[in-house]
Amino acid sequence: MRITRWVKHIKMKTKKHLYELENESIYILREVAAQFKKPVLLFSGGKDSIVMAHLARKAFYPSRIPFSFLHIDTGHNFPETITFRDELVNALGVDLIVRYVQDSIDQNKVQEESGKYASRNALQTVTLLDAIDEFGFDACLGGARRDEEKSRAKERIFSVRDDFGQWDYKNQRPEPFQLLNGRIQFGENVRAFPISNWTEEDIWTYILEEGLELPSVYFAHERKLVKRDGAYLAHSEFLNLVDTDEIENRTVRFRTVGDMTCTAAFISEADTVEKVLKENVASKHSERGARIDDKRSESALEERKKGGYF
Amino acid sequence: MELVRISTAGSVDDGKSTLIGRLLYDNNALTKEQEELVQKKTTEKGWDDLDLSVITDGLVAEREQGITIDVAHIYFSTNTRKFIIADSPGHVEYTRNMVTGASTAETSIILVDARKGLLEQSYRHFYISQLLRLNNVIFAVNKMDLVEYSEDRFLEIAIEIKQMVENLDARIDYSIVPVSSLKGDNVVHPSENMTWYGGSTLNQLLHAKKDIVTGQAPFRFDVQQVFHAQENGFIDYRGYAGRVISGNVSVGDRIVALQSGKESIITEIRRYTEVLKKAEAGDSISISLADEIDVSRGVVLARKEEQPEAQTSISSTVVWMDEKPAHTGVRLLLKSGSREFPVKLTEIDAKVDPMQANKRINVNAIEVNDITDVQLRLSQPGYFDAYSENKANGVFILIDPQTNHTVAVGFVKK
Repeated sequence: MRITRWVKHIKMKTKKHLYELENESIYILREVAAQFKKPVLLFSGGKDSIVMAHLARKAFYPSRIPFSFLHIDTGHNFPETITFRDELVNALGVDLIVRYVQDSIDQNKVQEESGKYASRNALQTVTLLDAIDEFGFDACLGGARRDEEKSRAKERIFSVRDDFGQWDYKNQRPEPFQLLNGRIQFGENVRAFPISNWTEEDIWTYILEEGLELPSVYFAHERKLVKRDGAYLAHSEFLNLVDTDEIENRTVRFRTVGDMTCTAAFISEADTVEKVLKENVASKHSERGARIDDKRSESALEERKKGGYF
Repeated sequence: MELVRISTAGSVDDGKSTLIGRLLYDNNALTKEQEELVQKKTTEKGWDDLDLSVITDGLVAEREQGITIDVAHIYFSTNTRKFIIADSPGHVEYTRNMVTGASTAETSIILVDARKGLLEQSYRHFYISQLLRLNNVIFAVNKMDLVEYSEDRFLEIAIEIKQMVENLDARIDYSIVPVSSLKGDNVVHPSENMTWYGGSTLNQLLHAKKDIVTGQAPFRFDVQQVFHAQENGFIDYRGYAGRVISGNVSVGDRIVALQSGKESIITEIRRYTEVLKKAEAGDSISISLADEIDVSRGVVLARKEEQPEAQTSISSTVVWMDEKPAHTGVRLLLKSGSREFPVKLTEIDAKVDPMQANKRINVNAIEVNDITDVQLRLSQPGYFDAYSENKANGVFILIDPQTNHTVAVGFVKK
């Protein structure tokens, strides 16, 4: 099928359920704004948080988005993402708070990982918990989706965390009929996930349908890469190179955009949203397959979540 | 593409995880990573058949114990449907999770082990399905390969099921399908081992056309927030943001704000930059009115001629979800949509045993996982519909104001 016809076909096919998902997300965003005193939206500049920002604009229009955005910056970002982040935040007219993992390292609160697989991804937790304390946020809106990973599949829409950000997975509040109980004790906070029920395909189809802009790293571009364990990582000063690493120039795109040190690239020529969507659907690989940090063990993300990770 | 929400319940022994795995595998819906995991685990165990159970159970404790503790959500799509499966545990101590899993579903799949027939948890799962008034229940009689694909055995179980449905006087659409998740019979592919079965496969049943009954229920709108905006070129925009919880509404309709009883006319229905003529159940919109009447969060809008009663007390069925038992006289918070107010548990009528649904058991306290009929006195008028007539406006949760835990889900009887 030619790409334009295929896009038309996809748009027709998905319109109804995307509308249903959008209804649900708007309802959740409004509940967060109404039930909490000081919510914040965790914003990384990745595609899921861009969709979240768009949904927030829709939920409160014509009023302004009634909360700030918070970026926990590992310092190991794709530069393209940061430029994009700043432009989007300006256009939306929201306040952006940035807190740096580097500061947590400098204050000796966390220790930089060492060795070949060193990444700052897990270190973000401490910086996040400190930011929650500093500003007194009682709810953090996150763009996590249940289809991403096994432990995410168990997550509630309102996930209550204690003072230490811990996820008590055995004692989660039941959430029947999506009746959202956001009542918390002093010191507790809630992680709220409005796009829980979206899949990666839904996100891309929605981006296509709504005509949303994305940082350029999501589309095919030529880049200097490090080939390691069969995966391609972006070459950067943050990566600890070892002898077996091979440096190559290839045309690639990223399917998920996190810390530069742990996000693998896909060899791809897809340079538009349409082509990316089509290629993703055909590939059958899950996007978390590109997250090196989740490959540490079968329960890597679950362990991080219990400790207060997003 | 239709979004279809399904709930499954059962323990690992029923082959529930394998059934879901098979459904995904034969629909060609596993990711490459999941396929690799299946291959790896199958080789480790040295099985002849694929171990498809490994893709569902998520948490470390669940994998270690081989049980499902909490609801997991599984997503897959076919050409015409996008499915969300709420995969719930089946043991009695997890009844609350089962109710949660089933609460957003239209269809439930109840697993029956062909060797064992109906067990206590099959009765409980069916009871919950009909308490929640799901549109459709599918009994998957699994492990047919272990009873030599016997038609007689299947019929025995079918009779047991029919008996259970009749005993409950349940008016619910149900189907029974003999499957083997392990071998792949009648899940997606029609079975060659059970040519005596002429019915639909599980997958065909899941793809059957949905009976859409929206528009039947009266209009109810739950106000979440009030917007006053001067931005984006608006001068003094005033709108009530919320969700249509049932029925539909059009510009020009005369509505009444429940609680105050004040009336007005809808002048605008808005969704972001779009101005709509009408909206229906499920839509997240904002509504503007011709008059400045008192409307705030927690107010329900309805049409005057179909407004619900202003109850001061309600009789309802509650499923208790908290470890702490409840006694008569306890004060709780009721939450339904954005409505939230104190209530008092004035009477505990009777407990239901799903195994003997017609028998009422008198109790003094409500324990965790109990299904109990109760009376609640409301601190402000309720405006609920009976759950049997309008699900979305007939359901609530109860919150313990001391712990903030969600302690129960309730269904309004009247």
